[in-house]
Amino acid sequence: MIIVDQSKQNPSEIQPSEITSQSVYSNRRHFIKLAASSGLITSAALLSLKAKAANIAGSGSTSRTTLSARTNTPQSTKSLKKDAIYNPRQKLEGVIKSGYGRDLKIDTYDNITTYNNYYEFGTDKSNPVVQARTFQPNPWTISIEGEVKKPKTMSIEALMKLTTLEERIYRMRCVEGWSMVIPWVGLPLASLIKWAEPTGNAKYVEFVTANDPDSMPGVNAPILDWPYTEGLRIDEAMHPLTLIAVGLYGELLPNQNGAPARLVVPWKYGFKGGKSIVKIRFVEKMPQTTWMQAGPTEYGFFANVNPKVSHPRWSQSTERPIGGGLFGGRIKTKMFNGYESEVGQLYAGMDLRKYF
Amino acid sequence: MRKQTIVVIKIIIWLLALVPVSRLFWLGFNHNLGANPVEFVEHSTGIWALVFLLISLTMTPIRLITGQVWQIQVRRLLGLWMFFYASLHILAYVWLDFNFLFDEMVNDVFEHPRILVGFTAFILTIPLAATSNQYMMRQLKSKWKTLHQLVYLIAIFVVVHFLLLVKKDLTEPFYYAAVLLLLFGIRVLFKLKKKMVMNKAQK
Repeated sequence: MIIVDQSKQNPSEIQPSEITSQSVYSNRRHFIKLAASSGLITSAALLSLKAKAANIAGSGSTSRTTLSARTNTPQSTKSLKKDAIYNPRQKLEGVIKSGYGRDLKIDTYDNITTYNNYYEFGTDKSNPVVQARTFQPNPWTISIEGEVKKPKTMSIEALMKLTTLEERIYRMRCVEGWSMVIPWVGLPLASLIKWAEPTGNAKYVEFVTANDPDSMPGVNAPILDWPYTEGLRIDEAMHPLTLIAVGLYGELLPNQNGAPARLVVPWKYGFKGGKSIVKIRFVEKMPQTTWMQAGPTEYGFFANVNPKVSHPRWSQSTERPIGGGLFGGRIKTKMFNGYESEVGQLYAGMDLRKYF
Repeated sequence: MRKQTIVVIKIIIWLLALVPVSRLFWLGFNHNLGANPVEFVEHSTGIWALVFLLISLTMTPIRLITGQVWQIQVRRLLGLWMFFYASLHILAYVWLDFNFLFDEMVNDVFEHPRILVGFTAFILTIPLAATSNQYMMRQLKSKWKTLHQLVYLIAIFVVVHFLLLVKKDLTEPFYYAAVLLLLFGIRVLFKLKKKMVMNKAQK
């Protein structure tokens, strides 16, 4: 069951964007006609189950074909529209296209921004798009601490000007067994690290994320040990694939996706990508991460995508690509999420069963 | 209670029980099942199977508390709706989630306690559904009651199945676990009461 919190919205303020679009309206009309003719509304529904299943099969395949088109205008869900009211989408200027993932089929803006694991805004994946509406990602600074020549802070504006922003289309594999293809906009973490000037003692990088009880309802519950922290080994952090994302679909990063800046490590499970980063700390010893603390037998420090190492709850050998609809099926999960040729050498000689 | 009242109650149960499945079809047609429609269908059918299981387990406590007996006449109907939603849940898993990939499913069942517990629960409901008719009741006589006490084990398995699914926030499955404990508690309480009365009578 999905419960959308509408308490924060004044029902008298109906925005033009909230009015049902023509296509949704006509779809509904079509369905009402169809339902009436096949007797769904009457108790004969059970008898027509077979016919319905066939109909759904048909519509499922249409949705798959429309997904291949890149939509910049989302076929909005109610909650998404609400989000748009508070956070007008803003295009990012001067973004260059990179070669990464040009051949991949990108997920819709709608799916990427309404299906989020961001526990600070609620534990249901439909929560963040609604709960993060009032979150303020600007002004924002990230403080650099620990094993650096001298501690300093960086504003989000300065971060975005540090180097040319580029679009990178990456696969994202969640530990829960689903995956997406996401067009991030960001900069290599390596350029931020070079600016931060770590000392020779910096063996690991720790990322501390926002923990604001006023705008993040989730942190009031002791579900995880807040603030959410993540970590990388310094060579992982310096790897050219590792990204600090500040945008999505050529626009500023939406709140529910981790605005204003988040980590993206495409060969690791999605939870490694800390959102709304406030602190980057360079340390000598391997830091404890939030999920390691929450479930040491389930979540390791490395959390590399690995179809051969099973998780106690979810199969890791296959995954469900989001956007496939009801009948899209599963695909085989690739080692390091398909980035093995780029990152495999980082783990040469390591027992990946032990260091999961 | 009059026979007509029972019929009315049964019709109401039928209509209400058809709502969740109709809603799924409605949302499915409108592409409104969210980014992960398979997960949505699995979750929804699972929840409704559990709800019907708990409602059917509420009938005996109502009888114990109120002393009325009509509830027992709708218990089978509720149990069969539980079986209906449990079957849809399994169908969603086998078809939508795994697309009949037998090897993958076998691995999933045996590698993950969550799936094993849930699958076992479903297997156990099959004999109960199959023996729910009058004919089988007459055939099995006193064994019927013993067999149908399996429902308690099934209920425990289903709640454990739900608890194991959740990554960290256990709130939702805890609500269902609490209801189940309450229903068990009432039964135990009345059993103890009965025992005490019997003991007194013997003296």
